[in-house]
Amino acid sequence: MMLQFLAIKSLRAALTMWLVITFVFIVLRISGDPTDILLPDDASDAVRDFYRAKWGLDRPLWDQYLSYWSALLTGDFGISLRNNLPAWEMVMDRAPKTLLLGGTALGFSLAIGLPLGILAAWWRGSSLDRAVMTTAVFGFSMPNFFLGILLILTFSLHLRWLPSSGSDSAAHLILPAFTLGTAFAAQLARFTRSAMIDVLTKPYMTTAKSKGASEARRVFAHALPNASVPIVTILGLKVGELIGGAVVTETVFAWPGLGRLLVHAVAVRDLAVVQAILILIAATMVATNLLVDLYYGWADPRVRVGRTKGVRA
Amino acid sequence: MGCGWPVLAAPRPFALNPGPAMPLIDVQDMDVTIRRRDGTPVQPVRGVALCVDAGETLALVGESGCGKSLTCLAIAGLLPRRAVAQGRVVMQDTDLLALPRRAARLLRRALIASVFQDATNALNPVRPIGWQVAEAIRLRRSVTRNEAGAEAVRLLGRVGLPEPERRAKEYPHQFSGGMNQRAMIALAIAGRPHLLIADEATTALDVTIQAQILDLIADLQAELGMGMIFVTHDLGIVAQAADRAAVMYAGRIVETAPVAALFATPRHPYTRGLLQALPRVDHDGRPLSTIDGIVPPPDRMPPGCAFAPRCSRVGAGCDAAVPLSQKIPGASPPRFLACHRPVPVSEEV
Repeated sequence: MMLQFLAIKSLRAALTMWLVITFVFIVLRISGDPTDILLPDDASDAVRDFYRAKWGLDRPLWDQYLSYWSALLTGDFGISLRNNLPAWEMVMDRAPKTLLLGGTALGFSLAIGLPLGILAAWWRGSSLDRAVMTTAVFGFSMPNFFLGILLILTFSLHLRWLPSSGSDSAAHLILPAFTLGTAFAAQLARFTRSAMIDVLTKPYMTTAKSKGASEARRVFAHALPNASVPIVTILGLKVGELIGGAVVTETVFAWPGLGRLLVHAVAVRDLAVVQAILILIAATMVATNLLVDLYYGWADPRVRVGRTKGVRA
Repeated sequence: MGCGWPVLAAPRPFALNPGPAMPLIDVQDMDVTIRRRDGTPVQPVRGVALCVDAGETLALVGESGCGKSLTCLAIAGLLPRRAVAQGRVVMQDTDLLALPRRAARLLRRALIASVFQDATNALNPVRPIGWQVAEAIRLRRSVTRNEAGAEAVRLLGRVGLPEPERRAKEYPHQFSGGMNQRAMIALAIAGRPHLLIADEATTALDVTIQAQILDLIADLQAELGMGMIFVTHDLGIVAQAADRAAVMYAGRIVETAPVAALFATPRHPYTRGLLQALPRVDHDGRPLSTIDGIVPPPDRMPPGCAFAPRCSRVGAGCDAAVPLSQKIPGASPPRFLACHRPVPVSEEV
C-alpha cells in the first residue's frame, strides 16, 4: 500500500514536471524571438537567419520540442544563447548560493516564527500575544527591498558591523538571510498561532489536562503533532518561494543566486537557462510536495487509513 | 459517613483513606466566575455545596445550562482560562482551590479522573489508543514505558475492548463511539483515582451501549472503591446508577437527597417538575407535564429564587431572597433543600 501510494505520487509528480516543461517551452518560444534581443538592432536578416538556424529556431515547434526532450533525457539542458556555456552548469554554479541563502532564511523563520506562534497561541489574548501579532504585521508588510536597504544603512553603513554585498563569508549571509526570513517568520508565527489555537480548544486537550499532564507536555506531545499538519503544508509551499523568489533580496545584497540569474535570463530571452532554472524550481516544488504528502501520512493516522482504502482526498 | 448515606463499598486497598467521618470530597460554597470578552463577569455556578463518600455515586442532575458541567470542570481543575472557581474543594484535608497551580495539578492527578461526553473527540486523533492510556499510567506512577504499555493493554481488556493487544495500536477514528468511551474509561481509571467524574459519559451513546457502559462503570467503582460524581440530565440513569442525587437549577444546587427518597418525595417544586416530566409505567394514561419557560441565563437572574418565574408554588417572599440550602429536619439519611415554599411531604408525585 505504501508502494502503491508512492507509485501514484511519483506518477503525478512526473506528470506535473512534463506539464511545466512543455508549458515553459511553448510559452518561451511563442513569446518572441531571441535574436531580437541578443543581436544588435542593425544586424542584417542574413545574420539573424544564420543564428536562428544555429539555435534551431527555424525548425517547426514540434521538431524543436522533440529534440529538446531527447537532449533533456540525456541530461543536456542546452547551451546558453548568450555566452555559450551549458545552461545546467550556469544554474548549478548559482544553486548552492541560493540553497544557502534560502536554507538559512528558512531556518531563521522556523527558529523565530514557530516558538512565537506557539507562545502567542498558549497565552492568547495576553499582551505577549498582542505584541507578537503586531510585530508580525510589521514583519510581513515590510517590503524586502525596504528592509534590506534599512539593514544595510544600519549595520553596514552606520555601524560598519556587516558587509552589504557579496557572498564570500558567513558574515555576508546574515543580512540577506534576515531580510528574506523576516516576512516568512512573521507569516509562520501568525499561521502557527491560529493552527495551535484551533487545536488547543479541542476536547482532547481537556483530556490531556485531566490526566495531569504539564503544560509543556500538553503543547509538545498533544497539541503540536496535531497543529503540525497545516504548518508543514505552509512550509512546503514556502520552500519553492525561497528558492526562486529571492530576486529582490539577491539584487539588494548582490547575492549571486538563481533569482537574479533567472530575471536576467528572461530579460535576454536566454531560452536554455530560463528553462533549466524553471525545471529546477518545479522539481524542488514537486519534491517538497511529495515530502509534505508523506508527512501527512506519517503525522495523521486518519490520512494513513484513508490512503489504504484508496480514498485519499 | 460524612455524606450521610451508608454505602456498601469495598474498602480501598491502599491507605489514603480519609477516615470514616470525612467525605472523599467536600465542596463548600463554590462559585464559578467567567470573565466575558467584554470584561463583564458572569457567575454560572453559585454557592455549590456537595460531598461524596468513597464508593458512593452522587448524581448531578439538571437541565442543559444549569452549571453541572462547569461544577465538574471546576472540581477537576479543567476550567478554561477565563473562568475562575472560588470557595473550597476539600480532598484529604486540603483545599484544592487554595493550592498553587502546580501543587493542585499534582494532587488532582493523584485523586481525580474525568470521563467526558464525546469520547471520540476527547481522545487525541494522532496518538494510538494504547499510547494515550499508557501516558495516563506513566503520569501517575513511575513505571517503565514497556510496563505502562502492557498495563494499558490489560486495562483496555478490563474495560471490555476486544483484542486489546491489537486495538491498543489503533486510533480513535478506527473505534466506535462506545469503544472510545471504554478506552476513555480505561484512561481514567489508569491512575486508580479516588474520585471519578463522569460528565454525561453515556449521553452520546446508543441505549444498549449506554447500559453496558453504566454496568462497566459500576463494576469498576465496586472494584476500585471510587467515589463518583455522575452528571446527567437523564433521571432514568439517576435511578439506576446513583446513591444520592443533587438537583441543580440555574447554577445552584436546589435539592440533595438519597435517590429513593428524592423520587418518592421530591421537596423542591423543580425536582417535582422534572419527575413529572418523566414517563413512568405505573402512571399509565396520565399526560406528561412539562416545566414552562427556560432556565434564566446567568446574567439575567431574577431576584430571589431563580426558579420562581417558572414555579407552580410561587408565592409571597419567593422573589425577596435567594433560598438557602438547609438540612431538612428529621430526614435520615440527611436531605438538603433550598426552597421558600417546599412541596409538602404528603403530596404525591
